[in-house]
Amino acid sequence: MSPDARPAPTGTPSSEPAPPGTPAADATRTAPAAAPALRRVLAQAAFETRMILRNGEQLLVTVILPVLVLVGLARTGFVDLATDGASRIDFVAPGVLALAVMSTSFTSQAIATAFDRRNGVLRLLATTPLGRGGLLAGKVLGVLAVEVVQVVVIGAVAVALGWRPELAGVPAALLALLLGTAAFTALALALAGALRAEAVLATANLVLVLLAVAGGVVIPASQLPGWLGDVALLLPSGALGEALRAGLVRGELAGGSLLVLLAWALALAWGARRLFRWH
Amino acid sequence: MPESPAVEIRGLVKRYGSRAVVDGLDLVADAGRVTAVLGPNGAGKTTTVECCEGLRSPDAGTVRVLGLDPLADARALRPRVGVMLQDGGLPTGVRALEMLEHVARLHARPRDVGELAERLGLGGFARTTVRRLSGGQRQRLALAAALVGRPELVFLDEPSAGMDPQSRRAVWELVRELRDEGTSVVLTTHLMDEAEDLADRVVVVDHGAVIAQGSVAGLVASGSDRTLRFTAPAPLDAAALGSLAEALSARPGAGAARAVRPAADGGDLDYVVTGDVDARTLADLTAWCAGRDLLLSRMTVGRRTLEDVFLDLTGRSLR
Repeated sequence: MSPDARPAPTGTPSSEPAPPGTPAADATRTAPAAAPALRRVLAQAAFETRMILRNGEQLLVTVILPVLVLVGLARTGFVDLATDGASRIDFVAPGVLALAVMSTSFTSQAIATAFDRRNGVLRLLATTPLGRGGLLAGKVLGVLAVEVVQVVVIGAVAVALGWRPELAGVPAALLALLLGTAAFTALALALAGALRAEAVLATANLVLVLLAVAGGVVIPASQLPGWLGDVALLLPSGALGEALRAGLVRGELAGGSLLVLLAWALALAWGARRLFRWH
Repeated sequence: MPESPAVEIRGLVKRYGSRAVVDGLDLVADAGRVTAVLGPNGAGKTTTVECCEGLRSPDAGTVRVLGLDPLADARALRPRVGVMLQDGGLPTGVRALEMLEHVARLHARPRDVGELAERLGLGGFARTTVRRLSGGQRQRLALAAALVGRPELVFLDEPSAGMDPQSRRAVWELVRELRDEGTSVVLTTHLMDEAEDLADRVVVVDHGAVIAQGSVAGLVASGSDRTLRFTAPAPLDAAALGSLAEALSARPGAGAARAVRPAADGGDLDYVVTGDVDARTLADLTAWCAGRDLLLSRMTVGRRTLEDVFLDLTGRSLR
């Protein structure tokens, strides 16, 4: 749609005298236009990714903390784990990947979005050609980009520690990562769009720690005490941990856990839509 | 004017809860002109502008921006409209120039980022993170972000808030240049001098509605164009002010009745006489003071300002 190629609209003859203060330059001026949609979204994704990876605290939570947990659980008998015959590193690595994905898609995203909302960043970007839809798409792509970095770094450390994942289960594991990312990003946006930034900061960190310890992520639901194990299986954290372990330890597709994740993703996306306030 | 106005608002109502922040507001901003929306804090200026930017949906009334609906036609409008929010809206973790480059990337034919940065004096803090910028520096960066897409219309919400006088002058200069290039500008302000210096047209807003509008000259000229200010030796009570107003209006042949009120922008002892101020008014004032043995420490005759207009309209100070 080139504005130059269009014939002058009828009813506004070009001989119309320009109002004072409007020089002839106005006539030759090209109409402002947006960059193509894909380029806008990719630019936003790159912008978000850079901001997360450059922020020291975010990097601590998303990369360094999971690596420490990985090394700690694989090399020490600190936590008693029944590994069902698998090596300790093989059993622990999928859970740590789940924890890493949660830290990026949930904790880090919730905090960043909450402060962007408070500082008016969301409103300002919504008025640019990016728009609200582009902003959301850019955020999700940014989360996925950071997750790629996490999987590469944590995977490399785990392999160095002797991790040998079951390759047949990789597609199922990727599906679990995507569904888990969708569910936790939606939860992050619901929280960030509804609560004050300080409240989000506290809640997002607390929820991550609670889920990490008792949510069936690193320590499987079956090894949690009593009723906690039954509950954890139905939590998005437990379902993500189970699905990743089923895929990467045993090469199986855990249909039940994937369904639980899908249900959470849909429910939380609906909730985020209802709860999110731009102002 | 043959082309559609930059902004056309009819009967706008916006409520937060049960409170109507904007209450039946009508406003027209001509294309290619600078329109200042002037009013005290809480008058509904920001809400009105946010309805134009597509950030809020009106509860009643119509809003047209460049002839389009800000909500239904948001996709078409976004590249054509530049926005500077009152609270900046800048992410705190990025460097100043990085932010500007990012917004430029969202447009097909942005302005030259380096040139715009130099124009607004961003060079000194281009590599500083937004978190560490001063209020004035953030304002300049936010203004650059609003302009980088070569918009046809820009909304500037309190553009020079927190700026030092030098930056403010640079911003005003740029706004005039934009207008000369044919860009429409709508700015909100509670600064009288900003409206007086920049605006082709001033719209005075109070309690969510327009109470006066016109050119600065037109608004100031409605009524007398002079005011008489004086500083009393002690506060004057209501009875004294009434008696003085009577004394100043008593002379046969006098024009409009004169009123006396405390000066909003001065000290506790400063008062302003409005109405038809002429040579005899001074004599009447000093005669009244002589009768009561009051020695004025200061007395000046000045031009009526927008501040006086606003006070006459609302009885309240802008600040």
